[in-house]
Amino acid sequence: MRRWLLLLPLVLFLVLAVFLYRGLFLDPQSLPSALIGKPFPAFQLPAVQGGGMLSRDAFLGRPALVNVWGTWCVACRDEHPVLNTLKAQGVVIYGVNYKDDNAAAQKWLAQFHDPYQLNVADADGSLGVDLGVYGAPETFLIDAKGVVRFKHVGVIDQQVWREQLAGRYQQLLDEAGQ
Amino acid sequence: MSLRALLAGAALALSAALAHAAIDTYTFADDTQRQRFVELTGELRCPKCQNQDIADSNAPIAADLRREIVRLLGEGKSDRQIIDYMVDRYGEFIRYRPALSLRTGLLWFGPALLLLAGAAVVAIRVRRRQAGAAQALSADEQERLARLLDEHRP
Repeated sequence: MRRWLLLLPLVLFLVLAVFLYRGLFLDPQSLPSALIGKPFPAFQLPAVQGGGMLSRDAFLGRPALVNVWGTWCVACRDEHPVLNTLKAQGVVIYGVNYKDDNAAAQKWLAQFHDPYQLNVADADGSLGVDLGVYGAPETFLIDAKGVVRFKHVGVIDQQVWREQLAGRYQQLLDEAGQ
Repeated sequence: MSLRALLAGAALALSAALAHAAIDTYTFADDTQRQRFVELTGELRCPKCQNQDIADSNAPIAADLRREIVRLLGEGKSDRQIIDYMVDRYGEFIRYRPALSLRTGLLWFGPALLLLAGAAVVAIRVRRRQAGAAQALSADEQERLARLLDEHRP
């Protein structure tokens, strides 16, 4: 009658093994953003290209990518040509120049082409803290109302764009179109 | 141990002590606030170097978060408010001590449950064995046992 109890340890072991096996393929470096579904944080910061202060309102109206970058960030250099390509395809990209020297940022944009509609100078990283940024590059996908819908940590290359971002961006465009 | 080895050991210990903590200078209103700073930075995990707390980490982001905590302490925020502030931005991940919720229930109580289950198994087995031993031999059986032992004695 109680024979099946003998199988209990085996079942427990199997459940545990499946859990741990799946854990082997998780990336501990990729953290879910705490901001998904929340409005993009408010800020009041100068524009990298000059011309006064920018606030959260500047990011509203269209679905967009918000790219956190810096000239000190080596990976951002790899990412930059991809952002240029996306801009040419009509993707709206805003920049957050994170803990950077403004002159260096201006030079970088002149030298490598400027894919950003607007660029916010977050010199002391306060917006970065509000965004939960822990390394650049990081890219947020926001909808037309300025709600964060997705976050990608690391370089955006063609594959990342194709597999993770393009579909979501299109979906936001469709939503905004309605 | 030679003198040279002794000196090398001392130098190593000294450099380890120096390298232990990231060095910043902050000013606190009082010692309680300093103590709270030490506790908070020891309880929050650095998002960049994930196996260090933000007190211990040299990553720039950890320095930013330490500065942020000093600012919040200066504004008179409670420990709870400061931790919530960090969780709102960096997610539950940043807490070394996870919040007690339905999702973390297993994490908090799992070990105790396993311990209890183990204790229950041990208790059941011991009781069964005692019940087995309590069935002592009858007088007939004892006599037969003695005879058998006698027969086989050399």
